[in-house]
Amino acid sequence: MKNTSKLVSALALAAMTSTPALAGPDEDQLWVNDEIQMVTEVAAPAHMENIDTLYSGWRYRSNETQAIQMDDFENPGFVGVENAMVSWAKVEGDAGESCQSCHGDVESLKGVRAVYPRWNEAAGEVRTLEMQVNDCRVTRMSAEEWGYTSGPMANMLALISSVSRGMPVNVAIDGPAQATWEHGKELYYMRTGQLELSCANCHEDSVGLMVRADHLSQGQINGFPTYRLKNTKLNTVHARFKGCVRDTRAQTYKPGSAEFIALELYVASRGNGLSVEGPSVRN
Amino acid sequence: MKKIAMTVAALVASAGLASAGAVAPGDVAFAEDGSVAQSLSGAAGDVENGRKIMNKGAGNCIACHQVTALSHLLFHGEIGPTLDGAADRWTQAELRGIVANAKNVFEGSMMPSFYKTTGFIRLGKAYTGKAHEGEVMPLLTAQEIEDVVSFLMTLKEE
Ligand code: HEC
Ligand code: HEC
Repeated sequence: MKNTSKLVSALALAAMTSTPALAGPDEDQLWVNDEIQMVTEVAAPAHMENIDTLYSGWRYRSNETQAIQMDDFENPGFVGVENAMVSWAKVEGDAGESCQSCHGDVESLKGVRAVYPRWNEAAGEVRTLEMQVNDCRVTRMSAEEWGYTSGPMANMLALISSVSRGMPVNVAIDGPAQATWEHGKELYYMRTGQLELSCANCHEDSVGLMVRADHLSQGQINGFPTYRLKNTKLNTVHARFKGCVRDTRAQTYKPGSAEFIALELYVASRGNGLSVEGPSVRN
Repeated sequence: MKKIAMTVAALVASAGLASAGAVAPGDVAFAEDGSVAQSLSGAAGDVENGRKIMNKGAGNCIACHQVTALSHLLFHGEIGPTLDGAADRWTQAELRGIVANAKNVFEGSMMPSFYKTTGFIRLGKAYTGKAHEGEVMPLLTAQEIEDVVSFLMTLKEE
C-alpha cells in the first residue's frame, strides 16, 4: 500500500519533470555478450562537485546504437581488436621484441585500462595508456612510435581495454598526480574559442539536452576507444577532445600535449566507478 | 541610361550609409540592462535573411533554441528557452542587446556573444581548430544582427 502510493507519486513527478523528446539518460541495462555486466549508473565520487550520479554515454544513445555494443560480433570496434592481436604478436623494431615477448598473453594486462592515466614514478610524469604503449615501442622494442591518434594506436588501445571490460574505472588523483589533475580541472571549466564554451557548459550544465541533433551526455571516457558510426572508425580520447574544442571555434590543443594529458586524467576521474567499456559504440 | 545611373547612385548611397552608420563591436552603446537602442548597421533589418541566419552559419540559433515558426527545419536544440513569443517578452532594443552580447543580460550565459571581437581564450580560425590570425570578425555582422532582430520581432504569440 505504502509502496503503491510512493510509486504513484514517483510517476507523477516523472511526468511533471520529463521534458519532451529524450531528456535524461534512458533506463536500459548494458550486458555485453550476455556475459559482461556494465555499470552505466553509479554514485559520483566525492571529488565531483556538481553531479550526483554518473552515467555512461551509452545511456544517452539510441536503442539501435546501444544494441551494436551489446554483441562483439556486431561491434565494428572488434575489427580493430583483431588487427591489434596481430600487432601484439608481431616482432617490430631493432630489439627483436613484440608486445607478446614481454607481456605474454594480452590477458596479463587485465585491469590496466582502468587505472590510466597514472603517475609513472621512474619517468616522473603522468602517463596516458598511449604514452605507455609508445614508450614500450621505443625503449623496449626499438620500434617507431605510433601516431598518438593513429589507427594502430586506436586498435591497440581497443585490445588493451577489451580485457578490462566491466572493471570499474579507478584513476588516482592524489599524490604526485594531483597537480596534473588540478590543471585538467581548470581546463575543463575554461570557456574557450569564439563561442566561449567549456566542457562543463555542455557536459555538466546541459547534460540530457539536445544541442541541434546531438543528445548531450556527461562526456565520459570509460568507453574509449569508441567506434563512431559517424566516422566509421575507432576514435581515441584526445581525438574526441580535439573535436569538442574545435567546435567552440577555438585553437585546439595537440593530441598528446600536456593540456590533453591533464584533461584526460581529470575527465577519467569524473568516471571513477563506471565500467571500462572500450571499445564502445557511439554515433 | 538614366535608369542605370540612378541605380548606381542608389547603390552608392546605400553602401555609404551602411558603412557610415555601422557601429564597431567595441563601440556599441549597451544600456544598463544590456539593451541597445540604435540599429548597429544604421539600417533596418531584413526578416527573410534573419530567418536564414537562425538556421545556418555563424548564427545557427536553433542549435540551442526551439522556434515553432521554423518547425519545417529539423533538429531544434534545448539549451536555451524557446523563442516563441520572444517579441512579447522583449523590446527590439533588448533583443538587439541579447543577440549582440547575451552575457550583459544573462550573467554567465552559455549563449555566444555575436557582436564581440575581444577577450577570447584560444581564439580559433572558425571551425578548423587552428589559431586565428589577423583581424577578428564578430560572429555576425552589424547588418546580420539587425536581420536576426527583425526576424525575432515577428515572434509574437499575443
Ligand atoms: C558545444 C558543446 C560541447 C562542448 C563545449 C564540448 N563537447 Fe564533448 N560532446 C559534445 C557532443 C554533442 C557530443 C556527442 C554526444 C555526447 O556523447 O554527449 C560530445 C561527446 C563527447 C565525448 C564522448 C562521450 C562518449 O560517451 O563517447 C567526450 C569524451 C567529450 N565530449 C568530452 C569533452 C571535453 C573534455 C570537452 C572540453 C574540452 C568537451 N567535450 C566540450 C558537445 C560538446
Ligand atoms: C550555445 C547556445 C545558444 C546559442 C547558439 C544561442 N543562444 Fe540564445 N540563449 C541561450 C540561453 C542558454 C539563453 C537563456 C539565457 C540564459 O539563461 O543564459 C538564451 C536566451 C535567448 C533569448 C532570450 C530568450 C527569451 O525569449 O526569454 C533570445 C531572444 C535569444 N537567446 C536569441 C538567440 C539568437 C537570435 C541566437 C542566434 C543568433 C541565439 N540565441 C543563439 C543559448 C544560446
